[in-house]
Amino acid sequence: MTAGRVRFGVVVFPGSNCDYDACHVLSTFPEADPYYLWHKDHDLKAADCVILPGGFSYGDYLRTGAIARFSPIMQEVAAFANAGGLVLGICNGFQILTEAHLLHGALRRNRGLRFLCMPVYLRVERTDTPFTRCLEAGQVIQVPINHFEGNWTAGAERLQEIERQNLVAFRYCDADGQVAEAANPNGATDNVAGIVNENANVLGMMPHPERVCEDILGGTSGRGIFQSLLDTVLERRGA
Amino acid sequence: MFKVSVYVTPKRGVVDPQGAVVERALPGLGHTTAGNIRVGRYITLEVEGSDPEKAKADVDDMCRRLLANPIIEDYRFEITAGDASAKEGN
Repeated sequence: MTAGRVRFGVVVFPGSNCDYDACHVLSTFPEADPYYLWHKDHDLKAADCVILPGGFSYGDYLRTGAIARFSPIMQEVAAFANAGGLVLGICNGFQILTEAHLLHGALRRNRGLRFLCMPVYLRVERTDTPFTRCLEAGQVIQVPINHFEGNWTAGAERLQEIERQNLVAFRYCDADGQVAEAANPNGATDNVAGIVNENANVLGMMPHPERVCEDILGGTSGRGIFQSLLDTVLERRGA
Repeated sequence: MFKVSVYVTPKRGVVDPQGAVVERALPGLGHTTAGNIRVGRYITLEVEGSDPEKAKADVDDMCRRLLANPIIEDYRFEITAGDASAKEGN
């Protein structure tokens, strides 16, 4: 490989609380160079990939992600994404990406109005994206969720378009990989846990892959997503 | 100056978890007659200026871009200025 390590800019909004976790996990990959970006920055500092972490940006006031979307750095993130840059939004980061119209749909309160903090199973629906290339189609991974507003939906016409373009990256499933209503923790339409944009360079997901990247924390099933990003960037550089 | 009231409600057809929970709770209080409960948001604000048409256009833009999420929510608003009042829906 020609250049140095892969630069991951982790955006810190007021109220972000998974930013340290994301940076910590990335620091366990020798090829990664993670660093923080303050939400008032106007410069992504040569990021190869931008991560919008979980948390409660701006206290979730008005709607989750609604205010963070107007943070100065989001202009840079949107321009980066629209130019093909890699952007991963986790939990609150997913909510921000939908409010910013970088991903389809919206996240409503969970069905049953309960804050959910538990491990769930996800079925991998796409392996041809920069985020999932190290995973296998139909693979079932266990990843924790930790949210109040994870009940994803989109308008009926948009839903058809999302299915037609195959934009769903992960669906909630049972341990055997069956996408069943009983395995849907929050009421998300069609069990959607994560989606990509049309060019598959932006991924949003409610579950937290950064929380299952070390054996001491109960599993490593999240590492494949970060390894996929590393492989993608390194391959592009080497090409 | 105009006084504005904005009503944001879940779009028809969109599941409203808050409304559903409230609806399930009311029978516990002995209220068995309530149904179709939808929970929304009520926002008040003041807008500077003297042109009601401009104020309406400005408020509509505020609703569309921030106060409501048009993917899952509808909004309508009322504007009043001094003694004169104008109503605007959406």
